[in-house]
Amino acid sequence: MVYLTRKVEFSASHLYHNPAFSPEENRRIFGKCNNPHGHGHNYILEVTVAGEPDPRTGMVLDLKELKDILQREILDRMDHRFLNVEVPELAGRIPTTETIAMTIWQLLEPRIHQGRLHRVRLYETPDLFVDCFGNGQ
Amino acid sequence: MKVVLHRRYHFSASHRLHQLGWTDEENFRVYGKCANPHGHGHNYILDVALTGPVDPATGMVTNLADLDAFVERQALAEFDHVYLNEQVPAFRSLVPTTENMCRVLFERLRAYPHARLETIGIQETAANSFEYTGGTQENE
Repeated sequence: MVYLTRKVEFSASHLYHNPAFSPEENRRIFGKCNNPHGHGHNYILEVTVAGEPDPRTGMVLDLKELKDILQREILDRMDHRFLNVEVPELAGRIPTTETIAMTIWQLLEPRIHQGRLHRVRLYETPDLFVDCFGNGQ
Repeated sequence: MKVVLHRRYHFSASHRLHQLGWTDEENFRVYGKCANPHGHGHNYILDVALTGPVDPATGMVTNLADLDAFVERQALAEFDHVYLNEQVPAFRSLVPTTENMCRVLFERLRAYPHARLETIGIQETAANSFEYTGGTQENE
C-alpha cells in the first residue's frame, strides 16, 4: 500500500456561536472565537489517498485529477469565504476545525475513485490541526 | 468517522543524557556530546493528540481552553525553562531522552477527563521527533 498526500491552502473566516446557548454561555464556551464579526485563518489541508500504484502508470491516482477534485469540491466552496454563511454544508453547525475536516471528508470520499481516501488533515494554525479517518482505520 | 485533534505546545528545557550507574567513559560512548556534564537545551514541541466524539452543540472533541489549562498544569508548568534532570522528579532516576519524556508526559496527560489521549509526540529538534501511543509492544 502506498499513501499519497496532496496539500492545498485556503483562507476563510468564521465564528463560533450556538443559538441554543445564552450570550454568556457562548462567550464562556467559545471565548474570542465567539466575536460576532468573525475572524479568519489560513487553513492548510493535507489529503492522503491510499492505494496500490497502477502498474501501467506507476501512480496511485492521477494527481491532476486529485488537484481538480480539491479545487472543485473544497477551494471553490471554502477559499476566501465566510464559512458560517457561504458554505451550505456548514449551515447551522459550528465551523470548528473538527466540523470542517469532517465536512471535507464527506465531500471528498465519494469523489475519489482510484485508491481510497485515507486521511484528511486540516490545520487551522501550525499548533492546531485535526485528522479524520474512515471507519475501521 | 474517527476524528483526532492535535494541539501543539512549545517548551524549552535543558537536560543531560547520563546514567548514574555508568562510568563517564560509558556515558560518553553511548550518549556522545549529550553526556556533557553541564547539560544542553532544546526548544521542544509537544503534540498532544486526542480522540472522541464531536459534540454537536460545540463542534468540538474537547474545549481547547480546558485542554490548554490541563496541559499547562500537568506538563508545561514543570517542564518549561527548567533543567529536566534536576527539577523534574521523574528524571532524577530516569534518563531524560525524548523517548522517556514521551512516556512520562503520556502518563501525566492520559488522565484528561474530556477526551481519550491517543498519542504524545515530541519534537526535540527539526530532525528528531518521537511518538508514543501508550502501552508496550506486547499489548499494542
